[in-house]
Amino acid sequence: MKEKKVKIINKAGLHARAAVPVVNLASKFSSTIQIIKDDSIVDAKSIMGLLLLAASCGTELLIRATGEDEELAIQELEQLFNSGFGEE
Amino acid sequence: MKQNNIILNGVAASAGVAVGKVFLLEEDVFSYSKSEITPDKIESEILRLENAIEKTREELESNKNELNKVLGKNYAKIADAHLLILKDSMIRDRVIDMIKKGNNVEYSVHKVVADLSKTFDLIDDEYFRERKHDLLNVAKKVLRNLLGKTKKTLSDLEEDSIIVAKNLTPADTVTMRENLVKGFVTEIGGKTSHTALVAQGLEIPAVVGLKDITHKVKQGMTIIVDGNLGLVILEPSEETIANYEREYEIQITNRRELEKLKDLPAVTLDGKEVVLGANIENSEEVKSALKHGANAIGLYRSEFMFLSRTTMPTEEEHFQSYSKVAKMMMPYDVIIRTIDLGGDKIAKLGLMDVAREENPFMGLRAIRFCLKYPEIFKAQLKGILRASVYGKLKIMYPMISRVSEIQEANKILEQAKKELIQEGKPFKNDIEVGVMIEVPSAAIISDLIAKEVDFLSIGTNDLIQYTMAVDRVNADVAHLYTPMHPAILRLLKQIIDSAHEAGKDVGMCGEMAGDPAYTIVLLGLGLDEFSMSAVQIPKVKKIIRTVTRQKAKNLVDNLLKCYTIKEFDTVMKKFKYM
Repeated sequence: MKEKKVKIINKAGLHARAAVPVVNLASKFSSTIQIIKDDSIVDAKSIMGLLLLAASCGTELLIRATGEDEELAIQELEQLFNSGFGEE
Repeated sequence: MKQNNIILNGVAASAGVAVGKVFLLEEDVFSYSKSEITPDKIESEILRLENAIEKTREELESNKNELNKVLGKNYAKIADAHLLILKDSMIRDRVIDMIKKGNNVEYSVHKVVADLSKTFDLIDDEYFRERKHDLLNVAKKVLRNLLGKTKKTLSDLEEDSIIVAKNLTPADTVTMRENLVKGFVTEIGGKTSHTALVAQGLEIPAVVGLKDITHKVKQGMTIIVDGNLGLVILEPSEETIANYEREYEIQITNRRELEKLKDLPAVTLDGKEVVLGANIENSEEVKSALKHGANAIGLYRSEFMFLSRTTMPTEEEHFQSYSKVAKMMMPYDVIIRTIDLGGDKIAKLGLMDVAREENPFMGLRAIRFCLKYPEIFKAQLKGILRASVYGKLKIMYPMISRVSEIQEANKILEQAKKELIQEGKPFKNDIEVGVMIEVPSAAIISDLIAKEVDFLSIGTNDLIQYTMAVDRVNADVAHLYTPMHPAILRLLKQIIDSAHEAGKDVGMCGEMAGDPAYTIVLLGLGLDEFSMSAVQIPKVKKIIRTVTRQKAKNLVDNLLKCYTIKEFDTVMKKFKYM
């Protein structure tokens, strides 16, 4: 199991359109990938889960991946979060 | 016919007004019931679900192409989000679970979505709470396909209509343009709903969040949508209709004219060109400035850099943000106003300890603060100097009230240059330095100041407040804040004339510069540069292109003879109809 802390940096937060690339990227990996905010744990491959996190700008999240490609999954997801999903 | 002007208040979701006939888009009413299924039916029930999902997927895909074609990639991502909701395992697994427990598929979908949408209701953040409707929209499509109903479209529309619906999907909104819909009204949604965003993109007036509206209107009745004020008017009187139709015509003409103006110069009928610039706070606003036809940044408020942080910005940070704007605005000028914060603000931000002041407005602010803390000032000046090689930057000192302040500030600037030479960092040595004229004492000695600087820029907001001794935020005296006052007019004339006598350009970056009501007056006074919020640029440009300098000068001559504000009004009105 691998874990990594990330922060939402784009202004609009992890909104519907920003969640699209997260789900698409997470779905490429065979590992189980969870996004954790406080007590809520959701599946990174589920857009509903991501939206229910209601993660606005500045929110700190924990990415947790378990499986064969956990290392790469964490690495690429971290990059996506740190890029602000390509938004300002 | 009854004419009552029943006014309903909703949320203004997309600007503009429209008068039209109601096209009531009735909710799909699905008659499905809860029934139990026998174990041998489970497999076929799941297959029905898969088929309905597949059919919905095809619809969403074609919708995505449509969005992409009409509104571009960003809007198409809305459809991408809906596609992901459709195949979301959280929903799908739960529905299949329910079917396996012996529930029919329609009820299972309905129950899972209803439960999930209740969870959304608990979210505090309005944006995320509203995403419930994305889920419900997708669920509605799946249910429609499960029941084999044909999709209802807006293609039946024959004349320009105002769509009234409980809720509209972005897909509905996209088909609207083709059908020349004049506006829409919905019961559900807020200013940030996808539907509202799409409407804004298409420039269709819209009012949302009007509870029960679908029950208050009838098919074909005439209503008014006012997307500026967030109003819907039922049973409008003939007079109201006439008023709104006029506003609609004006809106259409204005939009066309302003669009045409974007690439035209701000030049008077007799060929005098002025610079129209934008006031910005950060680099993100440069795009909008250029989009509205700005030919300069007349005021870059550098204070933005000091917000939401716990330490003073470094030289490097200053350099980064100014060089970015300099590059984006090439080949146009960018005037950077140096720190205009008050000590109170800086203490509040927690950046450093500054003594509490009785009257911060007249206290340790702007250039006074900078001269007291030269290291903070120098870091900013070095940042500006280094950025100057990437474009056409100018430095502007705020709140100057005497000549010696300019000289002291320039000394620090020279020191900054010296340090950069020692550090081997490149900068533009002949960078222009100007000051803001916003304190009455500076206005009165503008002839002396003009000799010390490369340009002047009039900050009318403070100049008027200080001259009139009026705090315009104080409701009891706000009416005394009047740009059209003989004292202000004389001050402006004095500043502009003395700058020109010294051979220097003079601009204005207060709100007065962006108010079309004063454009001709300022032009007549001889102002060289107008800087304002970007959206005002086309409006001011339009006026400049309709007059000659002589006509504007004549207006100013007449205004200078006025004793009272009432006389000003009379002269202005007379000019308008000349």
